Amino acid sequence: MNTILTVENVCKNYGSFTALNNVSISVPKGSVFGLLGPNGAGKTSLIRIINQITLQDSGTIFLDGEPLKPQHVHQIGYLPEERGLYKSMKVGEQALYLAQLKGLSKSDAKKKLKYWFEKFEIGDWWDKKIQELSKGMAQKVQFIVTVMHAPKLLIFDEPFSGFDPINANLIKDEILKLRDEGASIIFSTHRMESVEELCDYIALINKSNKILDGKLSEIKQKFKTNQFEVGLISNEKEQLLAELNEHYKTEKSISSQLADELRLIITLNNGDTSKDLIRFLNNKAQLNHFTEIIPSANDIFLKAVANNG
Amino acid sequence: MDKLKLIIKREFLAKVKNKSFIIMTILSPLLMVGLMMLIIFLNQKNSEEVRTVVFVDESNLLASVFTDSNSTKYIDLSALGIDEARKQTEGNYYGILYIPKTDSLVNLSKGIAFYSEDTPSLNLLSSIENKLEKKIRNLKIEQLNFDVDKIKATETTVEIATENFVGEKSSKIGSILRMATGGGFGYLIFMFIIIYGTSVMRSVIEEKTSRIIEIIISSVKPFQLMLGKILGNALAGVLQFIIWMISAGLLLFAITYIFGIEAASSGSAIGQMNPEMMQQVQTSSATELQLALQEIKNLPILTMFFSFIIYFIGGYLIYSSIYAAIGAAVDSETDTQQFMMPVLMPLIIAIYVGFSVIENPHGPIALAFSLFPLTSPIVMLMRIPFGVPWWQILTSMFLLIITFIAIVWFAAKIYRVGILMYGKKPTYKELYKWLKY
Repeated sequence: MNTILTVENVCKNYGSFTALNNVSISVPKGSVFGLLGPNGAGKTSLIRIINQITLQDSGTIFLDGEPLKPQHVHQIGYLPEERGLYKSMKVGEQALYLAQLKGLSKSDAKKKLKYWFEKFEIGDWWDKKIQELSKGMAQKVQFIVTVMHAPKLLIFDEPFSGFDPINANLIKDEILKLRDEGASIIFSTHRMESVEELCDYIALINKSNKILDGKLSEIKQKFKTNQFEVGLISNEKEQLLAELNEHYKTEKSISSQLADELRLIITLNNGDTSKDLIRFLNNKAQLNHFTEIIPSANDIFLKAVANNG
Repeated sequence: MDKLKLIIKREFLAKVKNKSFIIMTILSPLLMVGLMMLIIFLNQKNSEEVRTVVFVDESNLLASVFTDSNSTKYIDLSALGIDEARKQTEGNYYGILYIPKTDSLVNLSKGIAFYSEDTPSLNLLSSIENKLEKKIRNLKIEQLNFDVDKIKATETTVEIATENFVGEKSSKIGSILRMATGGGFGYLIFMFIIIYGTSVMRSVIEEKTSRIIEIIISSVKPFQLMLGKILGNALAGVLQFIIWMISAGLLLFAITYIFGIEAASSGSAIGQMNPEMMQQVQTSSATELQLALQEIKNLPILTMFFSFIIYFIGGYLIYSSIYAAIGAAVDSETDTQQFMMPVLMPLIIAIYVGFSVIENPHGPIALAFSLFPLTSPIVMLMRIPFGVPWWQILTSMFLLIITFIAIVWFAAKIYRVGILMYGKKPTYKELYKWLKY
C-alpha cells in the first residue's frame, strides 16, 4: 500500500445544499497533500468526514487500506481552522486530557508532552492557563496537541493563520520534518505561496466538486502554456519587434529590463520546440535572457477555478 | 467507555474547581445557618423585651384580667383619669388601654380603645382581646345567674380521628408530613434541573466559543461528549448537595448544642401568647406525636426512595440534554432567551400543579400531570407519599423513559450539528432542518 488515505466517491448534502459531490482523492504515504479550494468549496466538509466528525451520505474512505473505523481517530491528528483550547484550564492538564482522548496512556502522554514542550522551549508554561498566553503561544500548544500522539495522518486546516512569520516558519519546518519521519500530511489552505513551498501533491475542490488533482510538478507541466520570457539586446527594438510579431505571438513582459533590452513573452508556435525559438532569436539579436514560464500554484488555482465556471 | 470516563472526570473537575462553585458550596450552608441564627436571635430579643401597658378601667369591672406575664406588665392608672394617664404614658410606656364607663354589660365591649406611639403588636392586641372577651362573657353569665363552672364544663373540643378503609390511621400531622416530603422532593428536583441544566448549557457554550469543540469531537463522538458533560455536571451537583446536607447538619447540631436551651425557651415564649391553646395542643399532642411516628412508618418510604432516584435521573437527563442542545444551537448565552421559555414552562407549571396536587392528590389534574413526562418527575414525586396505584407509577415511568430516549436522541442530533455552526442565530425552523442532517 502506498496510499495512506483513499476517498472514493464521497457525497455529502446538508438539506438541499450539496457540500461534496462525488469527490475522490488519494493521499500517497509520506507526502504533503494540498487540499485547495476557494472558501465554501467543501474542503472543511471533506476534512470533517475524514475525521469522522460528520458522516458522508455515500462513498467510502480507506485509511491505510482499511475502511475508516471509529478507532482510526487515534491515528489521525487534526488541527481545525476554527481552533481553541479551554481558557481556564492549565496548559499541561489540557494537553494531557486531549492526549488521553487520542488514546495515549497517561504516562505515555506525559513523556511525549515533555519532549514537545522542551523542543518548543515552553516547558515553563505547564501550569499556566490558556487565557494567560498570547494567541501565538496558544497556537504552539495547539500544534503540539495535534501531533503529540504521532499519528500516521496529519490534517492541518490553515495551520499558519495566527502565527507570526518566525513561528510560521518553525511550524513549517516541523511539518516537513514530520513528513520526513514518515507521517502523511493533508494541508488545506487557500494561501498559495505556502502550497508552492510544502506540497508534493494537490487536489483542487471548487463548488463541491474535485476539479483537479495529482502531483504538483505534473500539474504544472500540464498547465504549462509554452511561453518563454526572453531578453534581446538590440539597437533597433521597434524593427525587431515587428519582425518577431510576424512569426510569433508576443507580449511585453512586466518584469524589469535593461536599457537596451527588449523583454518579451513569446508563445511557441504549434509543433515548435524551445530549440527552434532559440535558433530563431539568435539569428536576429543577442539573446541574454531565456526562461520558460512555469505556472505558479496561484495561476493554476485561478485558472482551474475560472475554467470550472 | 474510557473516553466517557475521561470526559466525565474533566467536566466534574472543571465544575468543582470553579471558584464560584467553591464559594457557593461553602457559603450557602453558612448563609443558611447564619439566617437561622439571626431568626432565633431576633426571636429571643423579641421575647426578652418586656412591654409595659397602662390601662384605665372606668367600668371598674375588668381590672382583674390584667395580670403580669413574662412579656407584658400592666400598670393601673384608672385613678388618674384617661387624659392625665395618656400624658403620663406617652414616651414612657408601650401604650394605654382605655375601657370607658358604661351603664350595662351589653355595652361594655364597645368603645374600648388602645393608644400607642406605633402600630401595636397584633399578638398583644389579640391576647388582650381574648382576655377581655372571656371576662365579659363570664360577667354576662353571672348576671344571668348561671354557674360559671357548670357552663365551663359544657365546653367540648372535638378531634376527628381519620382512618382510611384499610384501617391505617392518618392524622393532620401525617398529611402535613406527606406534603413536606413530597413537596420537598419535587422542589429539590426542580432546583437541581434548573441549576445544573443551566450549568451544562454554559459548559457547551464555553466549548463552542473557545473553539475547542472541533478538536474534541475529532477524538470522541459528540454524543459521548454530551453525555459526559451531563453526567459530570450531575456528579458535581450531587457532591454539592451532599456537602450542603452534611455541613448544614453539622452546623445545626453545633448551634443547637451551643444555643440549644435558649432556643427551646424562646420557642415556649412564642407558645405563651396563647396558653389555653397551648394546653389544648399539649393534651392532644401526645397522641398526635404517636400518630405522626406511625405516619412516618406508614409512608411508602421504599417506593419514595426508588421513585425519587428514577424520576431524578430521568427528569435531569431529559432537561439537561435539552439544555445541552440549546447551548449547542446558540453562539452566546444572550441568545438562549427564545429557547429557555419553552423549557422552563413545564417545570414551572409542574411546581404550580404540584402544590395544588397536595390539596387533592388523586384528582384528574394530578393524574394527568403526573403521567405527562415533562412534569411527572416533580408532580408524581409530590403525589407518591399520598399513595399512588402501581399502574400509575409504572405508566408514568414508562412514559418518562420513552420520552427520555426520544429527547436525548433529538438533542444529540441538534447538538451534533449545532456545535459546528457559528455566526447564525438559529430559528426553530433551522433546528428542525438540523434533525435531518
